[in-house]
Amino acid sequence: MQQHTISVLVNDQPGVLTRVATLFGQRGFNIDSITVGGTEEQGLSRMIISTGGDDRQINQLMKQLHKLIDVISVTNLSENPFVSRELALIKVTASPSQLAELNGIVEPFRAAIVDVGPSSLIVQVTGDTEKIDALLVLLQSYGVIELTRTGAVAMARSIVPATAAATV
Amino acid sequence: MSVEMAELQKKNGIPPIQFGEEVSGAETLLRCLILEQVEYIFGYPGGAVLPIYDSLYGSYFKHILTRHEQGAIHAADGYARATGKPGVCIATSGPGATNLVTGIATAQMDSVPLVCITGNVAQSLIGTDAFQEANITGITIPITKHSYFVRDIRDLPRIVKEAFHIATTGRPGPVLIDIPKDVANAKAPFTYPDKVEIRGYRASLVPSDEEVQGFVKAVSEAKRPVILAGGGIIAAQAEKELRDFAEKTRIPVINTFMGLGGFSGTHELSLAMPGMHGNYTANQALLNADCVIGLGARFDDRITMGRTKEFAPKARIVHVDIDPAELGKNVETAVTVAGDVKSTLAKAIPLAKACDSEAWISQLKEWQEQYPYKYKKDGDVLKPQAVIELLYNSTDGEAIVTTDVGQHQMWTAQYYKFKHPRSFISSGGLGTMGFGFPAAIGAQIAHPDRTVISVVGDGGFQMTNQELAIVSQYNIPVKVAIVNNQCLGMVRQWQELFYDNRYSQIDLTCSPDFVKLAEAYGVKGLRASTPEEAEAVWAEALAHDGPVVVDFRVAQEENVYPMVASGNTLDQMELGDD
Ligand SMILES: Cc1ncc(C[n+]2csc(CCOP(=O)(O)OP(=O)(O)O)c2C)c(N)n1
Repeated sequence: MQQHTISVLVNDQPGVLTRVATLFGQRGFNIDSITVGGTEEQGLSRMIISTGGDDRQINQLMKQLHKLIDVISVTNLSENPFVSRELALIKVTASPSQLAELNGIVEPFRAAIVDVGPSSLIVQVTGDTEKIDALLVLLQSYGVIELTRTGAVAMARSIVPATAAATV
Repeated sequence: MSVEMAELQKKNGIPPIQFGEEVSGAETLLRCLILEQVEYIFGYPGGAVLPIYDSLYGSYFKHILTRHEQGAIHAADGYARATGKPGVCIATSGPGATNLVTGIATAQMDSVPLVCITGNVAQSLIGTDAFQEANITGITIPITKHSYFVRDIRDLPRIVKEAFHIATTGRPGPVLIDIPKDVANAKAPFTYPDKVEIRGYRASLVPSDEEVQGFVKAVSEAKRPVILAGGGIIAAQAEKELRDFAEKTRIPVINTFMGLGGFSGTHELSLAMPGMHGNYTANQALLNADCVIGLGARFDDRITMGRTKEFAPKARIVHVDIDPAELGKNVETAVTVAGDVKSTLAKAIPLAKACDSEAWISQLKEWQEQYPYKYKKDGDVLKPQAVIELLYNSTDGEAIVTTDVGQHQMWTAQYYKFKHPRSFISSGGLGTMGFGFPAAIGAQIAHPDRTVISVVGDGGFQMTNQELAIVSQYNIPVKVAIVNNQCLGMVRQWQELFYDNRYSQIDLTCSPDFVKLAEAYGVKGLRASTPEEAEAVWAEALAHDGPVVVDFRVAQEENVYPMVASGNTLDQMELGDD
């Protein structure tokens, strides 16, 4: 089973997320992560969905997604080079005296400390899944109180013409 | 108003419609339905649809008041299957809407075009668990092709236009429009769009020349080819193209259950139905073919038995379907065409040549002669198969036959040779008991001059037999043939074969006297218990100018054969007990 990142352009309508999520459940697919947000065009949203499956399954999933009337296009970004980013906020046990030390850990990741409290601080990091995982490992030794991370937002790299990605 | 629409109105003798006139949402809806050339509405009123029913009062529409919303939607479905036109039904909010659910799922599984209109509570009450509130669009997401919740009267015309377009184009299916009461009561100037524009929706798929050439090439190389013709042939009105293609290429045709009538069962190239209760030859054809050509057929597990690796083991599978998601969904394919079967075949016929298939055809004929559908006759005992043969012979295969679900359904598929599309109407995908009788009502309304027979089991008939009121009230001359084995026959068969004769909860001996039941509704009732009586009584039923219920008392222990048991493959076929 392989991990795939699917980009789905949909009408920005109430209930569209339910339709997409229901389809995954109905057809026996799992959603590993999903992000939804605005696009370059008003009235449309883009969903970036990470899911697992072999080629045949992903092909079938894309076709099923395309059957939804509110779905305008479905692209498998994983077929070509693409950029993918997640955002995570990590609340770590630490006193202000440890700030410098923590800054030293966070900086190579181009992450930032965005809140400092008496006994905890919040690290903000963006990047691909592996990078966030790597930073998390380092921060674990301080004690992670709370973690929240988005799913991936993703886009095909510009060296690939938009049509080159498998689209249905 | 466009010129086109004005002409349409004139041609169909429908009431003139003033554009720009300030009307209610309810009136807007009905005007849209008129412009969609809807003639019949099947429905049931209630609080949330009162504005719509008020507008219906004295209107042009013929509204059929069924006795249950399930009756309404199955009747609309039968109407749609018998005509190819979309069926329309209306139900109120909450329980009215949820009573449609089984019918919506039935239509979705068999790709039947329906437009289901439900009322809902006013938007100010939505989300408050108000009286008779149900989130019907949410409930039906997995079983509709699409659905709408109307928030603003100004969206209503576009939504209705889109709903009919979506229901009837591409792979047809049910579309639901949920209209809250405040929208039905709101007012706006009437308009109706000329065109539908739905971005990303593929309404029709005409295959490219290259695709068709690939298809023809794959087919022409075959020596033991067979066509598996599904319901898509009927939906696409491709029966003529199929016949021309089969005759020109000399390829025998298997009709799937949903495809019965899409290729005449009396044609010399017909191999009839395959699968669990299909015949020996059709299944042997699949097992031995070197090329299986699926045309608007979805390789359902009642044919592949879910054992897709062992299905058609020697064949390359070629698949044409309007729904691209069907290609490669259930079986591995060698060649696929995402396209409408009608245009694919129309493009393929001029390019196609006869296959070198005569040896194969004669082998199949031999099997057909050796292993026809058969049952043991038994003196004075009325056999259910004999009832179906009687129906077939007495109508020369020209009737529209609807069935319910169970043994009688399979015997009808086996022993009635359907010659024309839209003459066999049955719930294939969902297998919905209670479907057959109301569906017959819809079919008969669509074709008042044809003989419409509703073959039902004594079990399934009791799920919707209250619709006898409709056939009586509107004098709909449906002939109901109850294949009465006094039990849930198909369940009994499985319990006999797989549960060691432990007959759990199948006894229907305490059913109403169906003759008296019919009479209670003012419908003619007849009964037959022997082959002789059956003939006489059935002749009387056919001669009667109006609805009739015939209670055929048949042998209880009869089983449907051939049979491929669940979990087995097509080569493990039991031919029967004689
Ligand atoms: C709504 C519904 N409930 C249950 C079933 C399961 N089921 C399939 S066939 C059958 C028995 C049908 O009996 P009957 O209507 O008497 O027809 P017969 O098989 O005897 O011809 C049942 C219960 C079903 N298909 N649909």
